[in-house]
Amino acid sequence: MKRHLAEAGDAALPPGPRAMRGGWQHLESKLVHWLLFGCALLSIATTLGIVVSLLSQALGFFREVSIWEFLTGTRWAPILVPQSFGVLPLVAGTLLVTVIAAAVAMPVGIATAIFLSEYAPDRVRRIIKPSLEILAGIPTVVYGYFALTLISPLLQKVFPDMLIFNALSAGLVMGLMIIPMVSSISEDAMLAVPRSLREGAYALGATRLEVALRVTVPAALSGIIAAFILALSRAIGETMLVTIAAGATPKMTFNPLESIQTMTAFIVQLSLGETPHGSLEYNTIFAVGLLLFLMTLVMNLLGHWVVRRWQERY
Amino acid sequence: MPGSSIIEVKGLNMWYGNFQALRNISLTIPRHQVTAVIGPSGCGKSTFLRCFNRMNDLIPGARVAGQVLFDGQDIYAPGVDPTEIRSRVGMVFQKPNPFPKSIFDNVAFGLRINGYQGNLAEAVESSLRRAALWDEVKDLLHKSALALSGGQQQRLCIARAIAIEPAVILMDEPCSALDPVATLKIEDLMRSLAEDYTIIIVTHNMQQAARVSDTTAFMTMEEDRAGIVVEYGPTSELFANPKDKRTEDYITGRFG
Ligand SMILES: Nc1ncnc2c1ncn2[C@@H]1O[C@H](COP(=O)(O)OP(=O)(O)OP(=O)(O)O)[C@@H](O)[C@H]1O
Ligand SMILES: [Mg+2]
Repeated sequence: MKRHLAEAGDAALPPGPRAMRGGWQHLESKLVHWLLFGCALLSIATTLGIVVSLLSQALGFFREVSIWEFLTGTRWAPILVPQSFGVLPLVAGTLLVTVIAAAVAMPVGIATAIFLSEYAPDRVRRIIKPSLEILAGIPTVVYGYFALTLISPLLQKVFPDMLIFNALSAGLVMGLMIIPMVSSISEDAMLAVPRSLREGAYALGATRLEVALRVTVPAALSGIIAAFILALSRAIGETMLVTIAAGATPKMTFNPLESIQTMTAFIVQLSLGETPHGSLEYNTIFAVGLLLFLMTLVMNLLGHWVVRRWQERY
Repeated sequence: MPGSSIIEVKGLNMWYGNFQALRNISLTIPRHQVTAVIGPSGCGKSTFLRCFNRMNDLIPGARVAGQVLFDGQDIYAPGVDPTEIRSRVGMVFQKPNPFPKSIFDNVAFGLRINGYQGNLAEAVESSLRRAALWDEVKDLLHKSALALSGGQQQRLCIARAIAIEPAVILMDEPCSALDPVATLKIEDLMRSLAEDYTIIIVTHNMQQAARVSDTTAFMTMEEDRAGIVVEYGPTSELFANPKDKRTEDYITGRFG
């Protein structure tokens, strides 16, 4: 439609200047086209590059350690004797922290989004939204020390036997960290639900809470799920916070009071150590990295599937 | 008791912030009849209608003065719960607004939130029958309501409203998004619903008001003064010999 109007406008110009502009305009639009295409290509090329480099280096690892052993082994000790390459303790550590974070961030994040979109007067929303954005902008290293120096000692008052490095405080603080992500994407989805649907429910005698829980949230469900998936991918991939606060002890456990190690924290630990490049030990980084990549990929695919399955259209 | 009144509006004024949208309205709505509100765009018809179920409460800055007595009880008295009022005064909107849920869940919505104890499926069926929609949807109850046509969606919204057995149904230009056939269906429906319910309808369409209503209120605005009820009385009289010059101008098409 717009384009149509523009063409009509062009046609109305006197022929002279238009003919003169023609060549340059054509070149300019070509140039812009290729420039934009190049930018789009950059991110695709980066993704491909990462996958290829992960795959090729991981292949070096899997020539010496079977995939089966890697995926099912329950002891992770690549630089100890005897060596052992079962990745499950790292996966367990990652999932443990992620589940704790999700248990915090989902209810609080959704409740925040409901408050902002259904309850808060404009004045209050104008204060809370920027605060959440500040929370989202704090460097993760700060969260790490927050967990280590504030939350862990507090938790030790409740669980005296707990180590200072533990999955619980890392998970709780990670939950706080991803709340803004859950709440802001969920809130956008809720605000997009048409006013007419809310009015329809109010007109049937629904209370504010009933409108929120039975109309707004279901109608915004696909956006809310997208928020969860993004936040969880972020939690799985988060590195600094868990490296600082969760410990460096790969352990096959689901006890949140223990010191554990996540996949990301292991990668940091090994890359900072003195393991020679190209060795089997060093290549574990890429095997673990590849698995991490696949986990987030599966999560995203799952997210897309759930979104399509549950979407309420309006 | 047909012939008696169900709602009595006394000295109603209403403001959006500083803008006064209704001016000193007093009238009574007869029970089990169709009352139409007509008038030019922007004169305050929707605003007036939304005073009957306190929908204006949802608009920040909206303020009401005066009384709306529903069966003798002032719905704006302190301590009155607006959700309670809305479960007795239902509403159908200009644009059909079914929830993005199944047909069944749409009709059951009001029953569920109001803690209905009886047989849900029976209540849904009887509401759909009364809204003249049952035969068209009885095999699609668990399909999305959004798959229905506009006219069907509007009848679904009517079924949704009558499911909780309100005493009054407010309709704000319920046919303005529909074609003539769907419009006639809704008009027939309104006539038959008037046996059990009191209906107040806002319409732009004077023929529609003449066809469906027993009583008509004509509203207008002057310069920047909106929300004036000029004339109120039996529809046949108001259309045949309007008492006020402004009413006459409007219904003969010389204004608006
Ligand atoms: N939420 C609002 N805030 C401020 N002013 C409003 C609001 N809603 C309506 N108004 C104003 O109140 C007056 C009456 O509006 P209303 O919607 O009741 O008119 P109407 O008669 O229903 O018009 P239409 O026939 O176009 O639907 C108008 O001048 C309008 O601009
Ligand atoms: Mg209106």
